[in-house]
Amino acid sequence: MEPLLEVKNITKRFGGLTAVDNMDMEVFPGEVVGLLGDNGAGKSTLIKVISGVYHADAGTIFFEGKEVRIDNPMHALRIGIETLYQDLALAENLNVYANIFLGREKLKRFLGLINVLDHDYMLNESKKVLDRLEIEVPSLKNQIRTLSGGQRQAVAISRSIYWNAKFLIMDEPTAALGVAEQKNVLDLVKTLSSQGVPVIIISHQLHDVFSVATRLVIMRRGKKVAERITKDTTTDEIVGLIVGSLPGDYGDVNDGAKETAQVDKETGLVDEGQEGKQ
Amino acid sequence: MRVLSDFFSFGISRTKKRKVLSCIGRNWALLFLILMLMLFSILGKHFFGLRNFSNILLAVTTLLLLASGETFVIISGGIDLSIGFIMGFVCVTSAIIMRDLHAAGFPQAISILAGSSIGILLGLIPGFINGVLITKLRVPPFIATLGMWGIANGLAWRLCEGFPIAFLPSKARDIGMAYIAYYSPKKGFSLFDRPVLTERADILNLMKIIPLPVLLIAILLVIFAFILSKRKFGQHTYAIGGKVDAAIRAGVNVPWHLIKVYVISSFFAACAGLLLVFKLNMGIHTQYTSSYELFAIAAVVIGGASLMGGKGSIWGTVIGVLLIGTLNNGLMMMGLPIFYRYIAIGCILIVAVLIDQLFPELVYKE
Amino acid sequence: MMDNKNLSKILIGIAGRWTLIFLALEIIFFSIFGTNYFSLKNLQNILLASTTVLLLATGETFVIITGGIDLSVGFMVGFSGVICAKVMVTLQAAGASQAVAISSGIIAALLLGLLPGLVNGLLVAKLRVPPFIATFGMLGIAYGFAEIICNNVPIMGLPTSVGSIGHGYLIYWLPGKVFAFLQKPENLTRLELQNLVPIIPNVTVITAIVIGIFAFILARTKFGQHTYAIGGSMDAAERAGINVKRHLIKVYMISSFFASLAGVTYVLRFITGRAPAGSARLLDAVVAVVIGGASLYGGTGTILGTVIGALIIGALETGLVNLGIPTYNLYIAVGCILIFAVLVDQFFPELVRKE
Repeated sequence: MEPLLEVKNITKRFGGLTAVDNMDMEVFPGEVVGLLGDNGAGKSTLIKVISGVYHADAGTIFFEGKEVRIDNPMHALRIGIETLYQDLALAENLNVYANIFLGREKLKRFLGLINVLDHDYMLNESKKVLDRLEIEVPSLKNQIRTLSGGQRQAVAISRSIYWNAKFLIMDEPTAALGVAEQKNVLDLVKTLSSQGVPVIIISHQLHDVFSVATRLVIMRRGKKVAERITKDTTTDEIVGLIVGSLPGDYGDVNDGAKETAQVDKETGLVDEGQEGKQ
Repeated sequence: MRVLSDFFSFGISRTKKRKVLSCIGRNWALLFLILMLMLFSILGKHFFGLRNFSNILLAVTTLLLLASGETFVIISGGIDLSIGFIMGFVCVTSAIIMRDLHAAGFPQAISILAGSSIGILLGLIPGFINGVLITKLRVPPFIATLGMWGIANGLAWRLCEGFPIAFLPSKARDIGMAYIAYYSPKKGFSLFDRPVLTERADILNLMKIIPLPVLLIAILLVIFAFILSKRKFGQHTYAIGGKVDAAIRAGVNVPWHLIKVYVISSFFAACAGLLLVFKLNMGIHTQYTSSYELFAIAAVVIGGASLMGGKGSIWGTVIGVLLIGTLNNGLMMMGLPIFYRYIAIGCILIVAVLIDQLFPELVYKE
Repeated sequence: MMDNKNLSKILIGIAGRWTLIFLALEIIFFSIFGTNYFSLKNLQNILLASTTVLLLATGETFVIITGGIDLSVGFMVGFSGVICAKVMVTLQAAGASQAVAISSGIIAALLLGLLPGLVNGLLVAKLRVPPFIATFGMLGIAYGFAEIICNNVPIMGLPTSVGSIGHGYLIYWLPGKVFAFLQKPENLTRLELQNLVPIIPNVTVITAIVIGIFAFILARTKFGQHTYAIGGSMDAAERAGINVKRHLIKVYMISSFFASLAGVTYVLRFITGRAPAGSARLLDAVVAVVIGGASLYGGTGTILGTVIGALIIGALETGLVNLGIPTYNLYIAVGCILIFAVLVDQFFPELVRKE
């Protein structure tokens, strides 16, 4: 089977700091891959390269078997790569279906002259996609700010699905959620993968990742140190790989490489692992 | 930002380039002020002289006071639109008290003192209310102070019925018009005592050095600048403006602090109102022609503060005020009608913000 | 508990419409205590007097919903009014017909009035100048230019038809006899002239139509939806593919369009162009928008709410004059209403419309 997404030899530098170092990764259809690593390991940077926020300094990206150059986030969206960041990018003051259709609102003719919003259409279509993903919200007409964290996540995911995301990246999806909600979101992820949409999930909550991910990729200091099939490993082993107490699959990463968790004095850039993780 | 870092990756002495640009960027207002002073001295007649500079200082006293109070508020991340009318309110109130006490036969000193102190005390109340509205009732600062703006305006107007309050004790004006030192070719140098001159030529040749109000204001500013930059109170103000959560977690009593901040702003506005009484020898209140608050805010921003909070300084505000004042005065000296000043100040304000943005990392005080 | 639920629903329904109720109570109050307050003539006066604030506030609504603010609208009124008057006077002196002079003046004012909005939009969207500063700078610049154009003197000598438009009404009704449009019926006796009932001022018609169009745009079109989205989360809007920069520029141009329209109606009503015209109305406009339910942080607000807010202020002002109460009390009252409005929005967020 061909991987849906493949990145080869991706390298990204910021001044003298190498955030991602010769990274290879594949994701196959229907997989949920957990991308793990400590702060500063390079996970967020890698994700941002894939979703078009950064340009890689070296390496190639293959999507659906073809080599692609992802110039900006819109481009990534158009190819079908959707990234859900922690802040979800939902408009609090708009309701559920308005958010799902944000930017791509359906219009209808009013009096044959002007284009107005077709609320009914958007409402029905949104209901359909929410049902498909087995999500429940009290009313689609409610403003997002009245929804819980888990429900908001669900809406954000539905939006991606509705617009035919082929590939989903989720950055800390369960971070701000309560226990019950975490379970709901994780179930949603499983539903997604059962429908063939691959997901990369970044999370510090190891037990969450263990419950949904089929495969785990561990990074440290910008490099991939190991890959494991979830059911063949334990949390202890993963923790060891993350912090470096266990050697990785590709030799020792502790070979005099620069400390990645440093502030580069020239550019003033702080290690990417610390940004916006609140 | 990427362009900037790309630019810096060329050249060997990266740090040196940065240092120079940083210095310019940080002090652009001061440099601009100096530039303007030079320009106007060349282009305008009588610009460069003790008399004119004294005039500039006198003219900006009101703005200096208002802007200083506003500095604290803006650094804390808020805004105070009510200062213009608090000033009017206090001006009118103190004048009324002074007039009535004087008419009732009290000695001048008592009337003036009573009027001043009661005026200032009353002037703290709007600030307190602002603070409570903003912190306890969580009204956005823009709205709360806007509401107070209206209320203070209405009250002040009501008190004076639109007419200036006159018949104040005359000593008040003497204080307001006093200078620290006088020099007359005839009578020599004298401190505080205005020499009595009879000859017209002598009166014209009298050199007046540093108006008394300016000195008092300077002392006030130095005190508060010290508080802002060196004392814990100042630190906390910056902290609240920079990141409220951090301040809360560090144990700062944010609501109380903010109330104090708005009271400070109100205090300065009250001082400005009081100053007007001394300068004009009457209590006066003008309605909506007071764009005072907007100019005060402009001065603070030009001086380097950000409307988001966390940045700014009294010194910067002073430069901002001097800039506006010099511009005003200079354009007037050049004979340009008043509207050009508005245009000029509008442009400078925008430039101030743009420069601030171009050098965010560089301008920010470590 | 069923009763309580229904009761609270009713209460919420009432409280959600508090502005409308307040307006109604206001009118009732003044009608009782004032003289001739509740008369066709006076009610129309209220509408006329509120024209500037209505227009400014409508434009400002768009800006405030996006989370910004436009401080320049007050002086924009003078700016466009002066341009309008100047063009009219100049063309008239050059021999053009009244119709040409007047329409040219209006068109010139409306077109040129878009420029400051464009500049504001560029400053805010492209150069990321905070709206407060950008529009404050613009207000100074607009005022400066306005004074330059009119040379510090109100422009007089406008074509006479301006007065008939500005003071004209849509319908003139002589009870029992004549029903005329736009012009007073001819050949009326003195008694008949006295009994003539004018209905709906022209200026109000223009105002209502334009506001109505933009209310529709805000509530029902994609443009309106995106305006709310940007106010809710600029980030979300951007990531959804909305061209936020371009949209913001358009929003600020809408605001300055309304300000120039206010300038034109000022000229029509007062038959003169003055630079400081409307400068006092800025705060009324912002207050109207906030009373109407918008939050200064953006994301909420409706034109209908704004209109009610503007009418509350207009009715209050007219009422105080009617009762002979000095107008400085207006400021105190408006200040209090403003704070009250915000507190209501704060403590009863459920009242924020759920659609």
